Amino acid sequence: MLIWLILIPLLAGPLAWLSERRGAHWPRFISIGALALDLALTLGMWSRYQESSAVSPQPWISSLMMPWIPRWGISIHLGMDGISLLLIALSGLLGIMAVLTSWAEIRDRVGFFHLNVLWVLAGVIGVFLALDLFLFFVFWEVMLVPMYFLISIWGHEHRVYAATKFFLFTQGGSLLLLIAILALVLFHAEQTAVLTFDYEDLLATRLDPVVAMWLMLGFFAAFAVKLPVVPFHTWLPDAHTEAPTGGSVLLAGLLLKTGAYGLLRFTIPLFPEASQSFAPIAFALAVIGILYGAVLAFAQYDLKRLVAYSSISHLGFVLLGLYAWNGLALRGAVMQMLAHGISTGALFMLAGALQERFHTRDIQQLGGLWATVPKMAAIALFFAIASLGLPGLGNFVGEFLVLAGSYQVSIISTVLATLGLVAAAVYSLALMQRTFYGPVEAPHQGRSSGLSGHVPDLSRSALAMFGVMIALQVWLGLYPQPVLMMAGASIERLQALTAASAIVLKR
Amino acid sequence: MSSLDFIALLPILTLAGFALFAMLQIAFFRRLDIAAVMCGGGCVAALGGVFAASSVAPRTITSLLIIDGYGLFYAGLIVLATAIVTTLSYGYVVKQNAEQEECEEYFVLLLLAGLGAVVLTAAGHFVSFFLGLELMSVSLYGLIGYFRIRRRPIEAAVKYLILSAASSAFLLFGMALMYFQTGTMEFVRLGTAMTTAAGGDRMFVTGMAMTLVAFGFKLAVAPFHMWTPDVYEGAPAPVTAFIATASKGAIFALLLRYFTQVNSGHDPALWWIFSMIAVVSMFTGNLLALLQQNVKRILAYSSIAHLGYLLVAFLAAGPLAVEAVTFYLVAYFVTTLGAFGVVSILTKPAEGSDASDADHLEDYRGLFWTRPWLSASLTLMLLSLAGIPLTVGFLGKFYIIAAGVHASLWLLVIVLMLNSVIGLFYYLRMIVVMAATTSTQGTFLPRHATGPDEWAAVFSLTVLTLLLIGIGIYPDTLIRLIQTLALS
Repeated sequence: MLIWLILIPLLAGPLAWLSERRGAHWPRFISIGALALDLALTLGMWSRYQESSAVSPQPWISSLMMPWIPRWGISIHLGMDGISLLLIALSGLLGIMAVLTSWAEIRDRVGFFHLNVLWVLAGVIGVFLALDLFLFFVFWEVMLVPMYFLISIWGHEHRVYAATKFFLFTQGGSLLLLIAILALVLFHAEQTAVLTFDYEDLLATRLDPVVAMWLMLGFFAAFAVKLPVVPFHTWLPDAHTEAPTGGSVLLAGLLLKTGAYGLLRFTIPLFPEASQSFAPIAFALAVIGILYGAVLAFAQYDLKRLVAYSSISHLGFVLLGLYAWNGLALRGAVMQMLAHGISTGALFMLAGALQERFHTRDIQQLGGLWATVPKMAAIALFFAIASLGLPGLGNFVGEFLVLAGSYQVSIISTVLATLGLVAAAVYSLALMQRTFYGPVEAPHQGRSSGLSGHVPDLSRSALAMFGVMIALQVWLGLYPQPVLMMAGASIERLQALTAASAIVLKR
Repeated sequence: MSSLDFIALLPILTLAGFALFAMLQIAFFRRLDIAAVMCGGGCVAALGGVFAASSVAPRTITSLLIIDGYGLFYAGLIVLATAIVTTLSYGYVVKQNAEQEECEEYFVLLLLAGLGAVVLTAAGHFVSFFLGLELMSVSLYGLIGYFRIRRRPIEAAVKYLILSAASSAFLLFGMALMYFQTGTMEFVRLGTAMTTAAGGDRMFVTGMAMTLVAFGFKLAVAPFHMWTPDVYEGAPAPVTAFIATASKGAIFALLLRYFTQVNSGHDPALWWIFSMIAVVSMFTGNLLALLQQNVKRILAYSSIAHLGYLLVAFLAAGPLAVEAVTFYLVAYFVTTLGAFGVVSILTKPAEGSDASDADHLEDYRGLFWTRPWLSASLTLMLLSLAGIPLTVGFLGKFYIIAAGVHASLWLLVIVLMLNSVIGLFYYLRMIVVMAATTSTQGTFLPRHATGPDEWAAVFSLTVLTLLLIGIGIYPDTLIRLIQTLALS
């Protein structure tokens, strides 16, 4: 069952590529079909779980175990809990959005594009499911290569530079992760004489504090690059900006979440003591990320760069929530991941739509667009407000819970992080002000009139797309309970794993 | 010698027999395809010989040759590599032979080079060591410069000849010194002599260091790597593939045997020398590869770095190290043969004395859209060299890091990691060039069709690509084979 979640996009990929010969629409339909199937399977599991969990709570909603490389104690061990389920549902949704938003944008080598999109998603879903560290690493790397192709083939002006930078940064972190995984496994083998890469077995490893700290840093490095945590973030603005719209949606919406997921699932539970002593540094990094991202977002003229920097800021909250490691903060972090995925995805789609119409992402060249494209402007306003954390929408719930949780752990970090909310309001509103309000800017007028005289607003299908995302944002904001319940059980289980040395604060 | 000894010698005897037979046959009537079939058939028959020999292994035949599971595994690997090089060569020779010269001897030389490499895997004595080495090297001089009216191959052949002869001289001198001190040329007895008084002797250590120089030259590790890029570039692509794989693989197999039997890794000075060589090779190879514009030169520098990675596993010592080295070499063979296979298939028919292989980066621009299968295959090879999962190269790197971590060689492992990132950069650069949608000249270079002579090469490439993914996804069979054979 679980393996199909990965296999469907994996197999649909080559099919989409080959189907290109029958017409450019075939790859698109195949991709949407495969992703919709995945999404349906996931939602089906959700509803079945809600019925069954009332009767008997189990640790995994569904799991799978088969041997793979017995020499190394490696098995194909997949497991889905609430957090994975939510993130996989998000992957399905954003995957569909990425395909839809590329419908008009990608006209060149359509088949290969969709092959890459589907394989990125297969890798991401694999990351969310893998419970064997080797398998996890394989998926972790596998999602890189197609993403690299997405950026380097269909990207904008500096695509090769951005794609290479993205790959090298991530790969550097990944190799540290690989070394740390191997060291952990071999230490575990020394203690128990059992060579295994299985997550649940490795949780019991007892390590010398110094060793644990080094290994924890190895794990942290890989996830920190992906998240990204501030000193390792420089690939992100480039990659997000240069990627095609669909690629940006996947990058911001999903790939960044894999970093957070890795911290939540692996780094902290595997090395609870080391993580606890590292927490103050993580808080500092989180706060720096929140403020730095916000300040830089405000300074950007490139629309996509602005959204990219705002992602750094928003994911700072996730990092803060993860290292606070209490019920509230963790629920907030999961919520923030989902809400950020939707709102940032939508903002990148809007940026793509603007670029398609006005052939620029430069805010200085745009202005007063409300008159020209009112529907687009209204939707942009909605997501800008969602992103600044207006109560009633998903991001607010996430950020509020994170702050409420981290307040119990570190007041000063929380206070500083709150400033990030103010800054978010500044850059989000500035974006709206500069782009959609104000006097109509000359360059775009000349440009658009030179082309066709009038610029089309969003089509009906695009409106439907954004409508779904708006509805989800409102749902997450007004009735987050099902999501929190879903994540709650898994979060409590993760906390129980580290309970012996939980990062509870002693104020 | 008993009949069992003859069975144990079958791989070597078969190769020698086929080489002899091919030579005689050419003397009577010349046909390129028959010579090629003879060469390929000899390899396949020798593979059968390897299986037959494995039933009677381990055996020591006279004091010269040791036929054991470890050596036979490598012999099998080399024989297979030679067979693949044969298939690549056939199409290449037909294409390149615009002058209608007689090219049958090419295949005899190839078979002899393979024979030399196989002898090396079984060598347990200085004499067999030197014989195998020279048999291989001398055949390679001929192969590298085979297309003798062209400038580049001749230059490469002379360069290889001179440097290789110099390194052989070092080797002989080293052997003589060690023999002088201990009175034996057998690895095992040298090992026992090492533990006694003679081991610490300066003469003996000098001899050891001089043999090390020879190993360094043949493996092309820094600082003995200078010949590599020129020879790789000048030699015909299939011959380059042979030098990169079979020749280096045989030497590394011997290195492992030699140093485990003679030295047993107790000498700290030697250990430091090897770690320095490993570190310098990794950095030299990867950093210089960044500057290249020629695919064969990039692959040459990358092979220097890969030998550096291998030395990390070699330094880790112990059974895990042998397993790691063997696995990595298999991965390296598959990947390197595949990469040079693509180069030789892409090479256009030659014109004039200044012709070269399809080895400029520009030749590959947009290849993904003109020849998708070929470039997909090359992309996989490059990703495997870079060590990306689901390819066999990743598992090789995994093994090496595991061996390094197991032996707590943290510094070397970190250096390896840094180098993998540097290496990734130039592999990606090649992939980007292939995926480029626009060309500097406006249009892509015109493709030339794959002729019927190249079907064998295409077949080999397909097999290699499937192996690359197959082992990458399901390595268990290979791991078990290595454990039963190589570690016995």
